[in-house]
Amino acid sequence: MTGGTIARRTPPARMAYWQALDSGRILLLVAAAMLVIAAAAGLIALHPSQVNVRAALAFGGFIAFGELFRLALPGGREAAPIAMVGAMAYAMLLALPREYGPVTYDALLVVAVAAIGMTVGALPHIAAGRSAGLTGMCTRLVAVSCVAFIFRPIVSLVGGAALGIQVLVVALVFVVGWLVDTLVGALIRADDVGARFSVAIRDELRLQWPLGLAVGASVIIAIFGAKQLGLMELLVFIGPLLVTQLAFRRYAGIRATYLQTVRSLARVTEVAGYVEAGHSRRVSRLAVAVGRGLGLAEPELLALEYAALMHDIGQLSLSDPIPGGATLLVSPADQRRIAELGAAVIGEAGVLDDVAELVRYQSQPARGHEPGPPLGSMIIKAANAFDDMVGGSTDRNRSAAALERMRLDPVEYDAGVVAVLAEVAGRRVPSRL
Amino acid sequence: MVSRAARLYIGLVVSVAAVLVAFVADRAMMARHQPPIPHPLAALLTLQALFLVCDSGTTPTTSRQTRWSPSSSATLAAVVLLGPVWAALVGATALLSLQRHLRLAERLFNGAMYALCGLAAGETYLACHGVVDGSSPHDFRMILLAFAAAATVHVIVNHGLIWGVHRLNRGMGMSRSDGLESSLALLLASDLGYACLGLVIASLWRIMDWFAAALVLVPLFVARWAMGQFAEQQRAYAATMNALCQAVETKDYYTRGHGDRVSRGAVMIARQIHMSAERTEAIKFAGMLHDVGKLGVPTKVLQKTGPLSEDEFAAIQLHPMRGLEIVREIGFLFEALNGIMHHHERMDGRGYPMGLAGHEIPEFARVIAVADAFDSMTTTRSYREAKSIEFALGELREGAGTQFDPVVVEAFIAAIKADPWQMPKPAAKPTDPTTVTVKDHDDPTAPLRVVEP
Repeated sequence: MTGGTIARRTPPARMAYWQALDSGRILLLVAAAMLVIAAAAGLIALHPSQVNVRAALAFGGFIAFGELFRLALPGGREAAPIAMVGAMAYAMLLALPREYGPVTYDALLVVAVAAIGMTVGALPHIAAGRSAGLTGMCTRLVAVSCVAFIFRPIVSLVGGAALGIQVLVVALVFVVGWLVDTLVGALIRADDVGARFSVAIRDELRLQWPLGLAVGASVIIAIFGAKQLGLMELLVFIGPLLVTQLAFRRYAGIRATYLQTVRSLARVTEVAGYVEAGHSRRVSRLAVAVGRGLGLAEPELLALEYAALMHDIGQLSLSDPIPGGATLLVSPADQRRIAELGAAVIGEAGVLDDVAELVRYQSQPARGHEPGPPLGSMIIKAANAFDDMVGGSTDRNRSAAALERMRLDPVEYDAGVVAVLAEVAGRRVPSRL
Repeated sequence: MVSRAARLYIGLVVSVAAVLVAFVADRAMMARHQPPIPHPLAALLTLQALFLVCDSGTTPTTSRQTRWSPSSSATLAAVVLLGPVWAALVGATALLSLQRHLRLAERLFNGAMYALCGLAAGETYLACHGVVDGSSPHDFRMILLAFAAAATVHVIVNHGLIWGVHRLNRGMGMSRSDGLESSLALLLASDLGYACLGLVIASLWRIMDWFAAALVLVPLFVARWAMGQFAEQQRAYAATMNALCQAVETKDYYTRGHGDRVSRGAVMIARQIHMSAERTEAIKFAGMLHDVGKLGVPTKVLQKTGPLSEDEFAAIQLHPMRGLEIVREIGFLFEALNGIMHHHERMDGRGYPMGLAGHEIPEFARVIAVADAFDSMTTTRSYREAKSIEFALGELREGAGTQFDPVVVEAFIAAIKADPWQMPKPAAKPTDPTTVTVKDHDDPTAPLRVVEP
């Protein structure tokens, strides 16, 4: 039998939590811890009459519920929109109907209630063996605290204003809190995946704004609904929020399946013996890391990942596998033909034209043609060549020799791409995509 | 398009709605009942506008599992703010729906149906001692119960009437269809979830007027955006899958389009035996990908004429396992993987790769096996012309019990009777001889032979 062996994906080595810590995350954890300590101290100093117990319980429960139903978003993100609605609404609660008593509580109480609610909501996740999502919780806590510290001191001032002003102020303060949430999220993500901070911010804003809009409107509804109807309103309100979240969950789910499918089907070239086992996955991992280093935004990275995964798909049209599998050893004319065939296959789908474009130009030299190939194609070309020469080996000499060979050929390989590739190959980043 | 029985039914629903609304309106007039909010007419118009906007947002998803129509929130807000007659008027706005593709009969039916829903919900609300515009918190608990009852009645009337039209007229595209057969629970949950928004609108109305409606629209639009994205991704996904499967099939001239057709056949069977929408979706992909493992079989084995050696036969027998290796990491239903893995098992236990028998074979595999063999027989091979559909069905019947599951075979025959099979265009003679497979391992009329040792 000529079929190649199946590449078994080695499970990523589980790191202890402290090993995965980096500066941004430590900063966040410390900030959240200080907030919690301050809130605990404030709580002790608080006179029981200053706490609206029913409101604290209702909103704390709402937050816990929201933490329980977290939402996975594209790109391995996790959000808790319902918890966010609960916490933000509690931070900016203007009033409740008379029989519920006054709501002149302190910002520290908000921090305490939010922290306790989130922790309670995270417990079932821990019990089920999932990650507690500590980073996300800390991010939300910091954002909510910002809102509470801005809004609680001016509550009576806002409460006395006209309705339009009230809505406006609530909306503005929410935007501030949401921006804090997004910025901290971008900071952590930039650290995690090795992206530039500016790119990470833009990615985060683009991805999060629809959800932010829904959360913002829901916060306003919750605040004024509670003012009108009391705390029972929260119960009514949770239904539509869940439905909205369901819509997002389905969207994120199909995106994940899509990526898994392309990843799996890209392996048909390996099973059929056209390329070495694990080749497409390694190339895609390298290409994405290089693209990130070059500051590509997330949609471009996704196209790059798809293109890198499927860059050899054109080989399926060859009747027999190329000996050794490596496309590097094939004549340039054949390389171009394979690239064209692959682009034709992908173009057939009609929805991945940008991916097809990247695959089409993957064999074209970086210099000598005007206009040159797209950046993504040059990245795939370099990553493919590197993997053809080095393969799965982690031998530093081999990888240095391969890089040297590519550096000496600036017509074929773009110098900028090779420089970042060298950096990435030197790091051999843990494969968190 | 619309059957006579369905026409009659629609006429009945419309007249009942008209009579009931007139009757209740008359009673309200006699009692000189006026909605207790300041500008009832303006409120009515706003809610009608809200209804139309929400209604235009029913996002059909390709899997047709759910249709998202949050328009009930407008009707239910009217129930609390204005009372039953006005709620019926809000519901009747469905006549003017902004969905252009609706035919007159559908518009009439939708208008009458939503009017009836509004009326029934409004009467229920009053019967449960709900207070129209009683948004003071004092009696909010009471209102909550009454509202829950009203929302439930709204959902029941809505789905009941649609169910009726479906029974009488399968395949007619009513504005909210397909729901009942698939994931009813999900649909009901989302309907009730959106219904809650009606109470939120009503309670905010007193302080914010129309702004309450506008505010509620924001999360609705975001949800709709997400559903739109979902549908788009799903389409893109299916298209990509198709393209990749075609790429896999280019290696073999005669079996091009095979995966696609098997997928079609498997879905027909799945519908016939009333599989859930989710499982039908999974079997569609399983059918498409069932032979993907053939790529791991050397071309020279696939193209060999004459009997196979033991080793070569083993290579062919391994292809379902290879397919499984490729697709294992896709987040499919486990069942789809089973279908790919076992699509060459036989009921008598003489199949491969595991030699399972009878109902040990997973249902997906039994379905795919029938669709697979049928397509193999009805398409041209290098060693024979395509057989007729009748012949192929006869062969399937013959093999029922030994090779195929009789229930599945009967279901397939019934499905083909109801919805005739589109024969693929006869393949033109291939120009490139390297792409011709001589043996077809799927063909029950020409089983693989192994050289006796």
